[in-house]
Amino acid sequence: MKVQCKALALAAMAVALLATGVEAQEPVRGGTLITTLPQTPRHLNPAVQSGIVTGAPGAQLFAAPLRYDEDWTPQPYLAKSWEWSDDGLTMTLKLVEDATFHDGTPITSEDVAFSVDTIKENHPFKTMFGVVETVETPDPHTAILKLSQPHPALLLAMSSQLMPIIPKHIYGDGQDPKSHPRNSDDVVGSGPFKFVEFTPDQQVILERNDDFFIEGRPYLDRIVYRIIKDAPARAIGMENGELHLTTFENTVRNIKRMGENENLTATSDGYAAIGPIDWLAFNVGKDGPLADKRVRQAIAYALDKDFILNALMLGLAEDAKTGIHPGSPLHFDGVNGYDLDLDKANALLDEAGYPPNADGVRFSLTIDHGNPTTKPQAEFTKASLAKVGIDVTVNSFVDFPTWAQKISNHNFDMTWDTVFNWGDPVIGVHRTYDSRNIKDGVIWSNTQQYANERIDELMDQAGQEIDPAKRAALYKEFQEILADELPVYWSNTLPYHTVYSDKVGNPPLGIWASSSPYDLVYLKEE
Amino acid sequence: MAVVSMIAQRIGYAVALLIAVLILNFVMINLAPGDVVDTIAADSGGADAELMAEIRAEYGLDQPVIVQLGRYIAKVAQFDLGYSYFYNRPVVDLILERLPATLLLVFSAQFFALIVGVLLGVFAAKRPNGLVSHVVTLFALFGYAAPVFWTGILLLIAFSLKIPLFPVAGMRDVTVEGGFLPQALSVLHHLVLPMFTLGTIFIALYSRLCRASMLEVLGSDYVRTARAKGLSPREVTMKHALKNALPPVITLAGLQFSAVISGAVLVETVFSWPGLGQLALTSILARDAPTILGILFFSALVVIVGNLLTDLALRFIDPRVKAGG
Repeated sequence: MKVQCKALALAAMAVALLATGVEAQEPVRGGTLITTLPQTPRHLNPAVQSGIVTGAPGAQLFAAPLRYDEDWTPQPYLAKSWEWSDDGLTMTLKLVEDATFHDGTPITSEDVAFSVDTIKENHPFKTMFGVVETVETPDPHTAILKLSQPHPALLLAMSSQLMPIIPKHIYGDGQDPKSHPRNSDDVVGSGPFKFVEFTPDQQVILERNDDFFIEGRPYLDRIVYRIIKDAPARAIGMENGELHLTTFENTVRNIKRMGENENLTATSDGYAAIGPIDWLAFNVGKDGPLADKRVRQAIAYALDKDFILNALMLGLAEDAKTGIHPGSPLHFDGVNGYDLDLDKANALLDEAGYPPNADGVRFSLTIDHGNPTTKPQAEFTKASLAKVGIDVTVNSFVDFPTWAQKISNHNFDMTWDTVFNWGDPVIGVHRTYDSRNIKDGVIWSNTQQYANERIDELMDQAGQEIDPAKRAALYKEFQEILADELPVYWSNTLPYHTVYSDKVGNPPLGIWASSSPYDLVYLKEE
Repeated sequence: MAVVSMIAQRIGYAVALLIAVLILNFVMINLAPGDVVDTIAADSGGADAELMAEIRAEYGLDQPVIVQLGRYIAKVAQFDLGYSYFYNRPVVDLILERLPATLLLVFSAQFFALIVGVLLGVFAAKRPNGLVSHVVTLFALFGYAAPVFWTGILLLIAFSLKIPLFPVAGMRDVTVEGGFLPQALSVLHHLVLPMFTLGTIFIALYSRLCRASMLEVLGSDYVRTARAKGLSPREVTMKHALKNALPPVITLAGLQFSAVISGAVLVETVFSWPGLGQLALTSILARDAPTILGILFFSALVVIVGNLLTDLALRFIDPRVKAGG
């Protein structure tokens, strides 16, 4: 029904356009897109390196079986069809027939099998392909993934950020793929753009793949990724026209500035799959007040979400509410949002057995914030909790390893942190709440030490449920229980924004932002 | 002959200093919490316990610190600075790639600051209580007090955004086609703002010092003699007074070399200048021990060479230094 509505709307729009004589601009060939990376990638092979700075050029160099636009429906890319078996244990991919790597070698099912093995072996997200037992290759254009259990997360895992198809004849030479020299030099890929240059701390340059398997694409001749770590410098570059496009901007003042420029558009569209959420995590496994869920709820009631969203985030971020990003179809909005209520907070703290002493203080806690951008939230938490008699010390952020050692070894009370969904909840959400994932020294595991059998059970079921409606129901219960028990206070989506100049046509606003193929992006004629 | 023995002695000191630098820094890096595997996990948006253990074993990070130190010193003794965990490349390659950019920035900023600083100092000294002198003092103190990243961003807003004369980041324009000349011009174009930013701190120092030194010299007997001989004020200032006022400025400039390198870290970050400073910052945050040690090793080398050059320059300007050795 929804699809029909959309088609009708499109038809109506087309009629309106024809009637008024306005023509939608046709994409044009040519031009060099100048865009940015906020850090130097370690290398350019997303099969063995996760993260957005490898993902962005990686998605241009390497094609994946599937692609996604702004809704969450998979679309054909290197796979022209994909089919689940009825029991959900087999995924059959039919590959495009005339696709070749940049050196002219045909892309075959052997390469798909090799890529899956390489990723399974070397990628940090073991939950993506952990259940893939074998990949059968009955003919060069058919790859059959055999699974040990149904695994709906596979669909999102088959996108460019997570499943680049890499050439077996290059990476299968016996060297360790994690440190393979061809990860950063003379990269031979399968995607719309070919490797030209990678100079760390300066730029990545890619050029059009004339033999790309989609006829007539890509439109751009070249893409230059300039590596600019300083956010104000990127903003100035966008404003003075030196840059066409910048992604993953997260400092609200700079986004505001760029958005006010008449030649620039700033949008938060495009980050639903990456799904970044700022949250306040509680060490529930440590003896003390935070082990009591009433205390955690009281803290949530004492924090004014509106202030965080509108004053700290300048209205550029969304209320996160649960651990599943609000842009995801599996997000459930109906949970308790803990609107500011100091009376309730005080009542809960009294009930939990923490009366205020003579100075009005109930107990003391510390906050470590894990990212310089969450400092305002940390300071705000201190001020807010003082109102209900919780004395908070904010430990300043030194650098990532220092913080990570503390948190991952459970030496903390509370921490402000930013964690990504990475597509399917199985990949980026489960790890935070799974009681079997409490591991010393591993950051972004279940560092809260939260354990609930029902939650473990729900994740196991949802992780294997192929039916989307049943799956959504399981995640609904999952989110409701968590919102009540509150091992984490989900504050806001990280205000990631894409900013593009009016010269850019088809900017990357699909769910994977800059980690999606730029074959449709073009530069408008002057 | 004296010069040769001085250089030999300096090389002896240098080797001892470099070994001390390596050991001290190795220990310091190992005292900092966390290691490169944590940052690799961070860059990946998550990690797996087994994979982390595997990488640690591969890099020898699971060994006791003393064993790691021994292995490292043994390698450096064979002129091998090791392999960067984070960049997956030999450290020497990484450093040699970045060194020219930093040297260009540091030397041009130093040169710029010396010329401008000395000129301002001379101007100010001629009329110590005049308007020019006060303006120079004000400007100099402002430049010295303002943090470089702030100066840098202000300059960017002024000369990259409001009056778009200079590019906002990087070292060259990749869209510039052609041979050496257009490429070199592109680099110079990109150099102006970072050079100016880094130079502002030192202009203050040099102009103040030069002013004081000039005032002292201008009051001395031989200057009065020169004036009495009927030389023009210009000749007196430039030929007679300045030459004797310079040695303290040059000594200071030499001593500032290490400060220039540390200042370069901030300037390079603001202007995305692809030098050692940026590499250092990334490596420290990433706990990439071999790269950090390699950079510190090279920085120590640059400072030592800088000081040696200072001494030689002083000998050239002031013959009395030779006698003192």
